[in-house]
Amino acid sequence: MQADMASRIRNNPDFVELEAKRGRFGWTLTIIMLVIYYGFILLLAFAKGVMAMPIGGGITLAFPLGLGVIASAIIITGVYVLRANGEYDRLTARIRESVR
Amino acid sequence: MTASRLARALPAIFAALLAAPAFAADAVGQTEKQATNVTAIVMFVVFVLFTLGITYWAAKRTRSASTFYTAGGQITGLQNGLAIAGDYMSAASFLGISALVYSSGYDGLIYSIGFLVGWPIIMALMAERLRNLGRFTFADVVSYRLQQGPLRALAATGTIVVVAFYLIAQMVGAGQLIKLLFGIDYIYAEIIVGVLMILYVTFGGMLATTWVQIIKACLLLGGATLMALLVLITFGFDITALFAKAVEVHPKHAAIMEPGAMVANPISAISLGIALMFGTAGLPHILMRFFTVANQKEARKSVFWATTFIGYFYILTFIIGFGAITLVATNPAYLDAKGALKGGGNMAAVWLADAVGGNLLLGFISAVAFATILAVVSGLTLAGASAISHDLYASVFRHGRVNERDEMRISKGATVALGILAILLGIICEKQNVAYMVGLAFAIAASANFPVLFLSMYWKGLSTRGATLGGWIGLILAVVLTVLSKGIWVTVLGNPAAIFPYDNPALFSMPLAFLFTWFFSVTDHSASAQAEADRFEGQYIRSMTGIGAEGAATH
Repeated sequence: MQADMASRIRNNPDFVELEAKRGRFGWTLTIIMLVIYYGFILLLAFAKGVMAMPIGGGITLAFPLGLGVIASAIIITGVYVLRANGEYDRLTARIRESVR
Repeated sequence: MTASRLARALPAIFAALLAAPAFAADAVGQTEKQATNVTAIVMFVVFVLFTLGITYWAAKRTRSASTFYTAGGQITGLQNGLAIAGDYMSAASFLGISALVYSSGYDGLIYSIGFLVGWPIIMALMAERLRNLGRFTFADVVSYRLQQGPLRALAATGTIVVVAFYLIAQMVGAGQLIKLLFGIDYIYAEIIVGVLMILYVTFGGMLATTWVQIIKACLLLGGATLMALLVLITFGFDITALFAKAVEVHPKHAAIMEPGAMVANPISAISLGIALMFGTAGLPHILMRFFTVANQKEARKSVFWATTFIGYFYILTFIIGFGAITLVATNPAYLDAKGALKGGGNMAAVWLADAVGGNLLLGFISAVAFATILAVVSGLTLAGASAISHDLYASVFRHGRVNERDEMRISKGATVALGILAILLGIICEKQNVAYMVGLAFAIAASANFPVLFLSMYWKGLSTRGATLGGWIGLILAVVLTVLSKGIWVTVLGNPAAIFPYDNPALFSMPLAFLFTWFFSVTDHSASAQAEADRFEGQYIRSMTGIGAEGAATH
């Protein structure tokens, strides 16, 4: 990539917006997933009594929490795809258009 | 094999898979009992003929290096998502996780969750950049602005080591499983798997490998869905009735409904979690799949579909495991004299197929298990062969001065060599305890491949010296600490106590790899390090926008 093209993209307001939004959103979702998963592991390790709490029908609290971790992984990827394939790709398309 | 042993972290699953040699040695009668499984053999032969047809179709289209390595980038997001899910849903995870649920209940779910949670991180931080920067292998990305030779040598070694351990674990498991399910001798089972895998990969490249994986993923998801539905029908779709019955009949009773030994040691559990989470983002055969789609939009869709299918699959294995507790453990036809499962702990899902669907479903599930092994080893072999031809041969030895025909020739030769090596290692390791191997593969992926790959995309200051030294330190640490841990030091080498107290090294080896990579980069004041930092800008803009990613990659 030529230096003048790089600096043109760099200074493109669409690129600045894409960079800020995608960076913030990506890292937020990453941190949410890390907190959910390691929170789940720490609960299992240090709050076994809470996890073993019956919530009716012979099911313990650990069940909805475990399934919740699976669901959260799917939801997080889904939320990212929805936003990125719409908003971010529109910005990307505009950036590409500007250097054509 | 006692339940408490099964409940131990990662190696337990594969230890269960390897309960088979002991069984086969002292209980030949039961192995022979499976020799008449004509249904399974017929279904498997149909699968093989169909996939060989696909390979023939793919072979006619595989004329360029780009088709061979990445199916020409024409795979859609949904197709790629299925293929990635297929790479992940190995026979070991299908049979092993349902077996872990069968023996320990809830702990099986904890274990499977670890394999899933890496995907959102791959999505949010890596998928787009991988697609925009890479061409054939993940080494393309790490060597984008750094020196080709040392970085490709590191990435190719990381690839080959991960593939080798993963492959041996799959081949040994495959031989034992096929011997049990089909009544075929171990050595022939190895040869059948090895030869078919060579045929798929050599002639059909990534196109055939992807379609074999997609078909197998659909068969496995379909078969597992059917089994879970039949279990639920048995209990009138009353999930509490299923759990109540399981608690009543399981020797551990109510303890199967709560977390047990899986997180007895929190440090070990977190270390395993790190290996599974970040190792996923460093598995070469998975990373390679990001180059088979056309653009970042499709790359994102791939991750979403893969996560959805894998998550759904783990929920199914959970239901299947509980189904086996209620329907298999209560039926003497599936148990030996001591009350253990016939054929070893891993047979829970297989016997459940018989219990809810008779011989037809048993045959189908057996054939699917065989197909699963074939598809997974094919993907692994393709990744290994690509590292040898594209990274080692074309870049390290020939310094990029190589034509496409020669590179393809080397790829195919490497595939055949890896296939033969896999057969030989499978036969040599038949009686070995290879339980630690998949854990080690994930630990190396998390400690050698992931830190260098991640920093190459995110950190301007990464230099060739830092990446090379940090990556090698991560690789060596992961291997050495695993050797000193219980899985090898005690179980394989027979020493009385482990020197490294945790099951998986990733909690230590991965942060140390990051630390050393950082340290050797910031202390690198060479002119080449400065030039590498200057090239980051162009790489960054391409990784964000995909500008420059189309057509021939210029690096």
